[in-house]
Amino acid sequence: MEFKTVLTTCPYCGCGCGLLLEVLDGKVIGTLPSKTSPVNEGKLCIKGWSVHEFIHHPARLTRPLVRRENELKEASWEEALDFTVRRLREIREKYGPESIGVLTSAKCTNEENYLLQKFTRAVLGTNNIDHCARL
Amino acid sequence: MSQKIKEQVKQLLADKKIKGFLGLREENGHVMPYLFCDPQELDSLSVGDWKKPGDARYPLNQILIQLTMAYPNETFGVLVRGCDERGLRELLKWKQLEEGKVIPIGMGCPDELAKACECEKPFPDCQIDGPKGEGATSQRLSKIEAMALEERFQYWLKEFDRCIKCYGCRNICPMCFCNECSLEEELLVEKGDIPPDNPTFHLVRAMHMVGRCIDCGLCEEACPAEIPLRTLYKKMTEVVAEEFGYKTGYSIEEKSPLNLIEVK
Repeated sequence: MEFKTVLTTCPYCGCGCGLLLEVLDGKVIGTLPSKTSPVNEGKLCIKGWSVHEFIHHPARLTRPLVRRENELKEASWEEALDFTVRRLREIREKYGPESIGVLTSAKCTNEENYLLQKFTRAVLGTNNIDHCARL
Repeated sequence: MSQKIKEQVKQLLADKKIKGFLGLREENGHVMPYLFCDPQELDSLSVGDWKKPGDARYPLNQILIQLTMAYPNETFGVLVRGCDERGLRELLKWKQLEEGKVIPIGMGCPDELAKACECEKPFPDCQIDGPKGEGATSQRLSKIEAMALEERFQYWLKEFDRCIKCYGCRNICPMCFCNECSLEEELLVEKGDIPPDNPTFHLVRAMHMVGRCIDCGLCEEACPAEIPLRTLYKKMTEVVAEEFGYKTGYSIEEKSPLNLIEVK
């Protein structure tokens, strides 16, 4: 038996509220606002309070999906990445880099978001990049 | 302050009287709930005092309910202050916890905290550590009660108007254990409205705290809009005490006011 709370940062917006994930035997069962976080001082909004709900949610994507014959089907990472590279290249060559837009996520780390904007600007060649926290 | 608590928990773990002790631990400058199963870990035990006494309290009884649901045959120790002990009594009464499966380890609150809480009884009966402070009456409540009726109503409407409907007051509440919550019922609370129906939303919650609110104040601490929820529930508790003679959390035998059908 093991119960602990793990301090982490809310993945939703740019505020960076500190929250505690309640972990029982390796499974996240609840969220609490961190009282000792200088950012939110023991308070959260409704999104932060619900963070634990998506972690083990059955509808959460755990594998890449590729659309084949109008249906999303599970694929290996290699297959999914190959497909993405091929299509991005085709679209870029045919319609130009401005025809591509990239949306990144608050559920990633800063570093991952940095990488994606670098990839968008330096590799794809467009400034069409935005982030879900601005929606 | 926690030396006596540590010793008692060590003994209970050594005698295998408890599977674990639900308390708080300090780790990298943060205080957080933790289940101590190994006596050697007790060095990091915290009682929830961080920069000020009691400023890092968490709803341990709420976590305890989840632990006992996952491990119904085990007995757990839990850190309690005066308010938490009152909560334990009500939770036992409402069958959310099982008698004999919970061993409370009690600590009294220092005067500074007791005063800030305007707590009626800032120490538990099972106290083994900490001071045995004096109870206080609520000055904040008297201040609001001094207002004329219309002024008071306007005051509350203005306070409730800031609500961002985060459900934090309900989520952090150690006494909110219903599987279905009225505050998520579309017939009672309109979806998508911010602030939620004023004053219905907060008054529904206040009514549902009858015989449950043990004045721990975690709701008010969790409120991003700084609505004086604790004062609201203090008034509700006072009405229940005056009208029904029921003191929430003070006795395990006394019937809940919701079980009474007498008409006054």
